[in-house]
Amino acid sequence: MPELTQNITSEQMMINLFRENFDAIVASEPKAITALREKAIKEVEARGFPDTDTENWRFTNLDPLFHAPYRFDFTNQSRPFDIDKIFTCDVYDLDTFSITLLNGWYVYQNAPLTTLSNGTIIGSLAKAMEVYPELVEKYLGSAADLQQPSLSALNTAFFQDGIFIYVPEGIEVEKPIQIINIIDSSEPLMIHTRHLVIQEAGSKLTLVHCDHSLTHNISLTNSLSETFLEKEASLDFYKIQNKGRNSAVVHNAYFKQKQNSNLNSHALILNGGFTKNMINVELEETEAHAVLNGLYLVDNNQHVDNQLFVDHAAPNCLSEQLYKGVLDDEATAVFSGKIMVRKDAQKTLAYQNNKNILLTDEAKANSQPQLEIYADDVKCSHGATVGQLDPEAMFYLRTRGLCERTARQLLMYAFAGEVVQRIAIDPLRERIDQLVEKRLKGELSICDQCVLHCNSKEPTVFNIDVSKL
Amino acid sequence: MAEDKSNDILDEVTQSEYKYGFYTDIEMDQAPKGLTEDTVRFISAKKNEPEFMLEFRLKAFRHWQTLKEPKWAHVHYPSIDFQDIIYYSAPRKKPKYESLDEVDPELLETFEKLGIPLNEQKQLAGVAVDAVMDSVSVATTFRSTLEEKGIIFCSFSEAVQKHPELIKKHMGSVVPYTDNFYAALNSAVFSDGSFCYIPKGVRCPLELSTYFRINAANTGQFERTLIVAEEGSYVSYMEGCTAPMRDENQLHAAIVEIIAKKDAEVKYSTVQNWWPGDKKGKGGVYNFVTKRGICEGDNSKISWTQVETGSAITWKYPSVVLLGNNSIGEFYSVAVTNNMQQADTGTKMIHLGKNTKSTIISKGISAGRSNNSYRGLVKTTRNAENARNFSQCDSLLLGDQCGAHTFPYVEVGNRSSIVEHEATTSKISEDQLFYCLQRGIDMEGAIGLIVNGYAKEVLSKLPMEFAVEAQKLLSISLEGSVG
Repeated sequence: MPELTQNITSEQMMINLFRENFDAIVASEPKAITALREKAIKEVEARGFPDTDTENWRFTNLDPLFHAPYRFDFTNQSRPFDIDKIFTCDVYDLDTFSITLLNGWYVYQNAPLTTLSNGTIIGSLAKAMEVYPELVEKYLGSAADLQQPSLSALNTAFFQDGIFIYVPEGIEVEKPIQIINIIDSSEPLMIHTRHLVIQEAGSKLTLVHCDHSLTHNISLTNSLSETFLEKEASLDFYKIQNKGRNSAVVHNAYFKQKQNSNLNSHALILNGGFTKNMINVELEETEAHAVLNGLYLVDNNQHVDNQLFVDHAAPNCLSEQLYKGVLDDEATAVFSGKIMVRKDAQKTLAYQNNKNILLTDEAKANSQPQLEIYADDVKCSHGATVGQLDPEAMFYLRTRGLCERTARQLLMYAFAGEVVQRIAIDPLRERIDQLVEKRLKGELSICDQCVLHCNSKEPTVFNIDVSKL
Repeated sequence: MAEDKSNDILDEVTQSEYKYGFYTDIEMDQAPKGLTEDTVRFISAKKNEPEFMLEFRLKAFRHWQTLKEPKWAHVHYPSIDFQDIIYYSAPRKKPKYESLDEVDPELLETFEKLGIPLNEQKQLAGVAVDAVMDSVSVATTFRSTLEEKGIIFCSFSEAVQKHPELIKKHMGSVVPYTDNFYAALNSAVFSDGSFCYIPKGVRCPLELSTYFRINAANTGQFERTLIVAEEGSYVSYMEGCTAPMRDENQLHAAIVEIIAKKDAEVKYSTVQNWWPGDKKGKGGVYNFVTKRGICEGDNSKISWTQVETGSAITWKYPSVVLLGNNSIGEFYSVAVTNNMQQADTGTKMIHLGKNTKSTIISKGISAGRSNNSYRGLVKTTRNAENARNFSQCDSLLLGDQCGAHTFPYVEVGNRSSIVEHEATTSKISEDQLFYCLQRGIDMEGAIGLIVNGYAKEVLSKLPMEFAVEAQKLLSISLEGSVG
């Protein structure tokens, strides 16, 4: 178990670590993937990690995250494991096809790769690289931009496992696929997960991605997902994050959309110590639609940074962004959304909206909604607001006999409702609705999710050795 | 062909400076090319400056040497060789031309369209004017009116000699030499500029304009303006001119500092129409300006209004630091880019005091193959209780080769602030165009009309005489962008 030392730069630490564990990381993967890793580590060497001088990272400092004695798993930990032993999803009525990642490795009940009767393949990316090398090689790394100031290059160098989903042409996957990403470690843990989702023409899929941590230990998750939507493919994507205060997540999602494809993304951040979510959407062909919704409810000293980039590269596409946040205590939130309309992307419709409510003077909101437009026949607009609850609405509720606390909660609930109402899966929407309500009442903390229900609000370290379970 | 010809004429006019004698005694009154500590000392000595000025310049120069040229703006240009610039030339004493006949006919045509009186035309084009010219006598009466009120309005060099205590106290207090690359450069080598001091309780009876200051014509490329408004005073200041300014200097790095004390109000209007380069993007002025005002006292107000139509590259962010409680900052801007022009402009509103308010209205118009960006910061700190901002940034696109961009930064640090930003980007609506056309207005006229309507909100903030000219200027700047 290699540990990081303090006296060299974070970049150098990681580069050394890569070189030292090269054989374990590469294992028996296809040559093309190894070549991609080599290229990525060179990018890390050349460009380093983004720092607070980097645009879009000005308020999010990565460096301290790297200074912990992290544990790494370089040998394959993907194995059969009954996840019900340590975790139950609390969206009770949600009928899903559920798959699990434990500390970044795919754990399963039957097999690492399952092929459904309709031809859909679901399973471990590490396994998929063995079984379907051609398919993986064709797509993997073709959406991720290694030169972008992010941790994409680092992920590409280090990733070992994650989720692989392939939906064949014309197939509609009826049940939502639920990805449960669990961190459970007695030591600080750094993981690099990688997901690959390929949807062939006309296919339909609903993905629910839940991030949980079971311990209060320090963890850094640097994940990257690449999603390819071929013609007329449609994806409903939900990312629900409810993690411990000591967990840090840097997630970089890339979507590539072909003609008439449809993306509906919902990012719901209910808890999380440090979160940087980057979503990059490339509308490659005409008539593609992308809707990005987001809700973040943060308190204490949580930090959430949502960075969106929608690239209109073809005419007649539509994109919409709606991100809303409620910030309590000393929480900080950053929103930077950029709409790029390329020269030939005429008839583009692009909207962007970011609204924040600050509940305390210590909370901070930074918003950068950006438009970069090179075509003339477009309709683009953006807006950003930071403020507090409308005093008139408060007054109205007070005159109806509501106490101040209830009135505030009601208004915040309504504020968040605009995003929650866009969730299309009924049981999930109801559950999220409840969670938001509880969260705004201050009744929901990370402990609610913990199966141990110890009633302690203090961070506790549980010495559960997962390997012995 | 016609275009080439006019380009030739343009080139000729802009380069003619060198041909027709700049100043005869070059050896004596021009600093050697390049920038060293000696250049800075040379400039200071030439201007016979007191010791504190030299120290200020040297500190700025030493700091500048540690800085790197910033690259973050959304503009592209070949990098500047700072050692290939002459940092000091004695002011021109000889006119460029003997009569208007020698002046570029295209320039005269523009003057005609703007309706500039003949004598002004001569002065603007650099033609020799009679000693009894109107504006000179205007300026003299103008000065005596100001002196009666105790208002100081003179060139920066003059102020350094006559009012060193005021300069020492205020210079660099709003834009320190450490502020940015170009501010440091300007602080080290600034040539001249304007100084304006409004005493306590005085309301300046006239619109102050650099145009009326006799020696304002040639302040050189590194201009520095300082405006101090004492408690309860008011001044409206106009910079620039709607007429196209021909200038041989590629790089302009100016600084404008405004200080508004308690209950004071300063209104600063700019019309910038430097040479934008030719239609192919050759030549043109780089306009890298640092403009900032501070609302130092309670209830003070600073308002920036700008109409930007010129320069190959514009890079400026007139800002207001709202320090006093209840202070107000305003920014109204119309930026037009055509052909190959690039503009990255906007504002910064820094809310520090309680109940501070700011309004930002920015209208960008891009045509040709130009790029027009709005970049603005609205920041409220922890103590800026009840701060309020409203920003609206609209972009209009004329043609499918141009770009319009919006980069707002909103940073809010307390719960009682309300900050709103909205922006739209679109082209001229077909319906509006159709309506104008069917009323018999030609295409160019229709676009001019619609653009003026679009920019009206900002133009209405300009002082009267400026506003009329600015409207004409907008139409002229967009000429040839239809088709």
